[in-house]
Amino acid sequence: MGAAKQVVHADPGDGPDVAMAETRSTGGAAAEPSILLIVEGGVLLAALVLPLVLQDYLTVFATRVLILALFALSFDLVWGYAGIMSFGQALFFGCAGYGVALLARDLDITSIFLVLPAGTLIGLAVSLMLGGFLLLGRHQSSVIFVALGTLTGSYAADRLARGWYYLGGQNGIPSIPPMTLGSYDITEGPVYYYLALGILVVVYLLCRFLVRSQFGLALAGLRENEQRIAFFGYKTQHLKAIVFAVGGAIAGLAGSLYAYHEGFVWPSMLGVVLSTQVVLYVLFGGSGTLIGAVIGTLIIEGVSFWLSDNYRDVWPIILGVLLLLVILFRPLGLISFVVGERERVGSFGAKAKEKHNAAS
Amino acid sequence: MPLLEAAGIVKVFGKLTALDGAALTVGENEFHGLIGPNGSGKSTLMKCIAGAEMPTQGKVSFINSDITMLSPHVRARAGMSLKFQITSVLPTLTLYDNVLLALQARASLFDLVFSRTRGALHEQVITMLRQFRLADCAHDAAATLSHGQQQWLEIAMALAGKPRLLLLDEPTGGMSIEERRVTGELLRPVKRHCSLVIVEHDLDFIRDICDRLTVLDQGRVLASGTVPEIQASKSVQEIYLRRA
Repeated sequence: MGAAKQVVHADPGDGPDVAMAETRSTGGAAAEPSILLIVEGGVLLAALVLPLVLQDYLTVFATRVLILALFALSFDLVWGYAGIMSFGQALFFGCAGYGVALLARDLDITSIFLVLPAGTLIGLAVSLMLGGFLLLGRHQSSVIFVALGTLTGSYAADRLARGWYYLGGQNGIPSIPPMTLGSYDITEGPVYYYLALGILVVVYLLCRFLVRSQFGLALAGLRENEQRIAFFGYKTQHLKAIVFAVGGAIAGLAGSLYAYHEGFVWPSMLGVVLSTQVVLYVLFGGSGTLIGAVIGTLIIEGVSFWLSDNYRDVWPIILGVLLLLVILFRPLGLISFVVGERERVGSFGAKAKEKHNAAS
Repeated sequence: MPLLEAAGIVKVFGKLTALDGAALTVGENEFHGLIGPNGSGKSTLMKCIAGAEMPTQGKVSFINSDITMLSPHVRARAGMSLKFQITSVLPTLTLYDNVLLALQARASLFDLVFSRTRGALHEQVITMLRQFRLADCAHDAAATLSHGQQQWLEIAMALAGKPRLLLLDEPTGGMSIEERRVTGELLRPVKRHCSLVIVEHDLDFIRDICDRLTVLDQGRVLASGTVPEIQASKSVQEIYLRRA
């Protein structure tokens, strides 16, 4: 707060040349942000009408994809915005899944008002512990250190779950009862679909708010040059730990939704394969845009579904080549075909005031 | 009491002793030049003062408190600022956002998340940009700037937090003669509220802007004094002649 109150020493402003500066660049800046908005609106619209045109078994599949998109969002926040390479995001997803499954099995807790907050809290708690260990050391932790640390966490949890009888070992925990809202059972199908969509939209908007705030600007600095902004006075390690924990909480929320949707949890939900999958979703769609994570998930899952139906034998190869092509030739992901670098990074200035200045 | 006092600084990298008992004292509102041949330890001394490196031995005091082992962000919050030798503006962000990023560094998490200082800082951002002749391209990405402009932007960012002491590592590196002159002009008014330590190869620039000089050679202080004193010093002339 101190900085805000301080008055800059240089001669107090006379408007004109600032106004000129603003007008020069408003042309490009004002026209561009609409593209991202159009893409977001388009995806939302498509998602809203989808269950109306899909057969029931496809709606179930689409629900699963939406939940994975929520999961991908958590990774995009952590990697795309804060530059933390979390290669073990499934750890939080799976821990929350197992957590809510145990709550249902041992304590008969299935109310949506308890299950979803519990999943979120489990994700938050696990990511706080791991993040505290990996990010809050004496020195800045390198990307490789964090990537290996999270990867190891995910791998170890997978092995642990496989060997632990209480968690059902290899088979996981089967037959989780449906989530309940009062006396109503939320079963798979359109209801679950719209529940997942609603949660995805709310979390998406919260993330959007966060990354476009001044906090988002600090994250941009963190991602670009962590050491530099530490010399401005930012507590960079704290910033990283906070984003990591928020990402963990979102992954936890997604994990609890997933567990109830599938009706069972199994060790792979914690493992390296799923952790890598979410990295691919985001890189494919385009990291650091939020919507890129959602689009990446929709397309990869959609295409694998379609390919596995039509080209049963060769589909993993086709999919692999497709992914490679995009990541090699479009390192910023599919979204970079329509959204430019400048718009992706965005600007964080005081919009209303600039317009006011430009007009006067 | 001086603003900054570094004494007996030793810094060892493996087998190399970069600093061997170097010292630096800077008073309030003083522009202090740090010169010496290549490899004499100027940049390392700056880094030890700023906290980018921790000295192996010695003590750094800033505004009467011992900061030798404090982390960079604590030093920054105490009023110390640093411009790196390699320009490190954030290239993908606009100039405006670069300065805002520097200005909001001490805001609380709550204020950042809810963007509570965004409006209040607007005037300061514009003032800073105008002061450093960058207001015309406020909304361009920093990557589009010329090298000299990037240096100015970086100085503007380093000054944004109203530091008491600014450490400048080669502010005119790679600049044209005209750009150097403007840099001197931009820096002079800073003296009213801030002390400066400048590492610089351009001795004319240093002579022009600094009050006092410290000459380092092989990690030790060879001489320290006012500009005329240093210019008259035999030993200083010797090392510059020897290396030239």
